[in-house]
Amino acid sequence: MSRTEIVHLIDRADLIADCLAQDNRPPDPLPGHLLISLFFENSTRTRASFQIAGQHLGFNVVDMSLATSSTGKGETLLDTAMTLNAMRPDVLVVRHAMSGVPHLLSHKVNCAVINAGDGNHEHPTQALTDALTIRRRKGTLEGLTVAICGDIMHSRVARSNMRLLTIMGSTVRVVAPATLMPAGIEAFGVQPFESMAEGLDGADVVMMLRLQLERMQGSLVPSTREYFRFFGLDSDKLRAAKDDAVIMHPGPINRGTELDSVLADDIGRSLILEQVAHGVAVRIAVLEALVQNAAAGGPG
Amino acid sequence: MAGKRFRAPPRRTAYTGGRLVDPASGLDAQGGLLTEGKQIIDVGPGLFTDGAPEDAIHVDCTGLVLAPGLIDTRAHLREPGAEHKETLFTASRSAAVGGITSMLCTPDTDPVIDGVAEVEFISRRARETSLVKVFAMAAITVGSRGEALTEMGLLAENGVPAFTDANRAVENAGLMFRALKYARSLDLLLVQHPEHPALAGNGTMNAGVLATRLGLPSRPPIAEMILIERDLRLAEAAGSRIHFPLLSTRGAVEAVAAAKARGVAVTAGTAPHYFALTESEVEGWRTFAKVSPPLRSEADRSAVAQAVVNGVIDVIASDHSPHHEDSKRLPFEQADFGMAALEAVLPLALEFVHSGQLSLIELLRRVTWNPASIFGVPGGRLAPGEPADLVLLDLDHAWVLDAKEFRSKSQNAPYTAHPVRGRAVRTVVDGRPVFGEGP
Repeated sequence: MSRTEIVHLIDRADLIADCLAQDNRPPDPLPGHLLISLFFENSTRTRASFQIAGQHLGFNVVDMSLATSSTGKGETLLDTAMTLNAMRPDVLVVRHAMSGVPHLLSHKVNCAVINAGDGNHEHPTQALTDALTIRRRKGTLEGLTVAICGDIMHSRVARSNMRLLTIMGSTVRVVAPATLMPAGIEAFGVQPFESMAEGLDGADVVMMLRLQLERMQGSLVPSTREYFRFFGLDSDKLRAAKDDAVIMHPGPINRGTELDSVLADDIGRSLILEQVAHGVAVRIAVLEALVQNAAAGGPG
Repeated sequence: MAGKRFRAPPRRTAYTGGRLVDPASGLDAQGGLLTEGKQIIDVGPGLFTDGAPEDAIHVDCTGLVLAPGLIDTRAHLREPGAEHKETLFTASRSAAVGGITSMLCTPDTDPVIDGVAEVEFISRRARETSLVKVFAMAAITVGSRGEALTEMGLLAENGVPAFTDANRAVENAGLMFRALKYARSLDLLLVQHPEHPALAGNGTMNAGVLATRLGLPSRPPIAEMILIERDLRLAEAAGSRIHFPLLSTRGAVEAVAAAKARGVAVTAGTAPHYFALTESEVEGWRTFAKVSPPLRSEADRSAVAQAVVNGVIDVIASDHSPHHEDSKRLPFEQADFGMAALEAVLPLALEFVHSGQLSLIELLRRVTWNPASIFGVPGGRLAPGEPADLVLLDLDHAWVLDAKEFRSKSQNAPYTAHPVRGRAVRTVVDGRPVFGEGP
């Protein structure tokens, strides 16, 4: 996406967020469209926020729980997609544990496909949500220093945020032990750090990532308590950041593993619940753009 | 004729007017070649200057190169067990088009080729169905499970030219050391896939910026370098031969070059995709470009190409790995490793000649005499008494390599519009044409 497209979406989502805050309704409903959400992986907030966004717009929303459907009977991914495509949805929202799946499906179906998170690749609507949340608090994205901390290697949220925030003119740092830092990260235009003290120094935004507990099995980190000691965020480590630095987390939080509960619940500094609320506004903006684009005959 | 059974005289074929290129003898000159039955019986620059013998079939080779048929030292042929991907027949059809007259197949079939019965099965099926010669390599360890050695001596007596656990490296260093020592006693060749399983892990492509951007688990070059460095030391200590079939990294090339310089009996190969393609083929999660070891960076590609030129790499093999669509039309991480390649070897390798990096005779050495002499299989040279396994090449024919045209049962390769020059116009096995027009 270009900077112009991002700004357009965030501006629109900003307006929608205000409308939702006022009377819990979006400005321009678009009834009569069919949204199928296809989640091959568990999700609470992303899945719910797409459903709520669709319902706010007056879409028919069908939520496919793939744990209990045909894929459990040996149907292939592409067959499932083709089957749903035959039901003529306008939008397919796809979440999958493997990178590239929305890309693969988008070549097989003739509706719009939204990536709701694929493997370690991208989670674009989360990055738009985070950008909106930062901008509403800080007034701008340009010139801010954002430190993204934790399991960068396995984080699609980190990848999407790195791309979006660097396009928008933020200075992005990534902080992780070497075992959780992917190769060639500098090519994203970000600065890597292996210490929280250095990575957080003077930061405006501290974005913590979830550490998936199965990472311990591969010995990427020795234990949760050791991880929290060196890479978890507590008020002590936060002192390196600016006094008005805010804390973000895409959720779900492992309290005491990557983030101290006291900080997570500090309404003055934690934007975590705002991220959730803005998630609905951003997804409404994205659905609007795709449906209007399709109506205009543009690419899905 | 009374009382005497009629026997048709053996078929004789005279090849005239071509450029003979025989790396084994260093011959590169205009000349002729005569085959009788399954053998070459005469060859040389002066042959047939007075015309071809009248009792022989005459093949006019004017403007063409006559060379030994290619010997492919690494092809996954899928029979038995995965005949929906490939059979010996369909692979041989593709090989014949690619100028290949002998294939050494890997034992990663179902069941694994780890006993004399499986070797005999391959030999029989090849005799009955294959257009080209097939030699079965057998596993180093039973079931390729990395636990117990196969009966390598008995297998060698049944014609097995080399031993390999195919795409699985023998991970246990102690077991590999014993296998190498035992192989030395019987003068057997071990072929080790160059990726350390613990370091390759669940990686699916080369480590680096692209893998990070695509969000794919990756295999770092160190996985290849560590295994090769380890096995070079083991082979050196055991005093045995070792062959690494697929070098893909600069580090691996340097390790093999250094070992050769200090006298280790190591030989190495690579597949055309490691000198013709880079990891950028994986862009867009293209599973047809998913191979093991993975396609690498441009620096690695260039180092591999340089190693083919300077001889650190002795052999170019196809690593032909046919896959059905069902095992490729999947998320990248779930797709199988490997690409179909029998028809890609010759045209991609000839680029070294067209670009002036290698003479034709030196290029052909890496696909004929080097494979024959390293693996101890017949053929690979133009000399009286040798099998009449030949290829006629049109070096300058310009065409477009497109995997959809492959005669293999599977077309899984990322070549769609790859311009190339040079191809086989006739392939001859045991004196009989298996591909090409004419008599």
